[in-house]
Amino acid sequence: MSGRRSGSGVSSISDDQITHLVFKLQQLIPELCARRSHKASASKVLQETCDYIRNLHKEVEDLSDRLSQLLASIDTDNDQAAIVRSLLM
Amino acid sequence: MMNTPQQVKNPTSSLKSRFITRFLGALTKINAEDPISSPSPTRIFQRYRRIKVASNKSMAYSVRSRRIWSRAMLSRFRSRRSAFSGRRSSVKTTNCTTINVTINENKTAKGGLDMQTDELRELVPGGEAMDVCNLLDETAHYIKCLTTQVQVMRKIVDFCHLSK
Repeated sequence: MSGRRSGSGVSSISDDQITHLVFKLQQLIPELCARRSHKASASKVLQETCDYIRNLHKEVEDLSDRLSQLLASIDTDNDQAAIVRSLLM
Repeated sequence: MMNTPQQVKNPTSSLKSRFITRFLGALTKINAEDPISSPSPTRIFQRYRRIKVASNKSMAYSVRSRRIWSRAMLSRFRSRRSAFSGRRSSVKTTNCTTINVTINENKTAKGGLDMQTDELRELVPGGEAMDVCNLLDETAHYIKCLTTQVQVMRKIVDFCHLSK
């Protein structure tokens, strides 16, 4: 760690750690994981991460919406076993 | 010695099955309490909200307190519940604020990256009080859980379509 500038030295988090974590995130995001071998910039990864999380939140909302309308059409109690089985496969 | 790798259970799949069990249980309950097949738009909206909360709750409970984000989400649900019953649980909020102040002082040392993380902190439950390392790590787990949520919900919707 000697010879490495890390701001005022207050933080004990190394730049390497952050780079590694950012790269790990990059691989989770569909927009970016095509460039698996190529490290995108931290700010790009963070931006895409925020967008992706917002998209996922929106999807949960949309699916909840659809479920609220479809729910009455199935008897979840009896079908539950069948659903669980097919979902876990 | 037969030591097949299959014996080691994939942690994601047990999380997924816990989520499925909880979420389906919640849906059954919601369906049972509101059995009318063509409800008013208000009822549908209420049902939508209950389903959304059930989905997030089921995931948070399935992760339990193993993660900062799930703990934050669970305490949010609990304080909402006690707010409804008239009790105040302000102690937890105060603690968070104190931590926040200390972290902010350290944050400025890191410069540009912190501006970027502000947005992310608002999206990840409990993000405001995390240091950058934790934030990135928690975000990765949170994303994995969200995608599992979406995947399962999609399958349930498909199943509903098929059974019609």
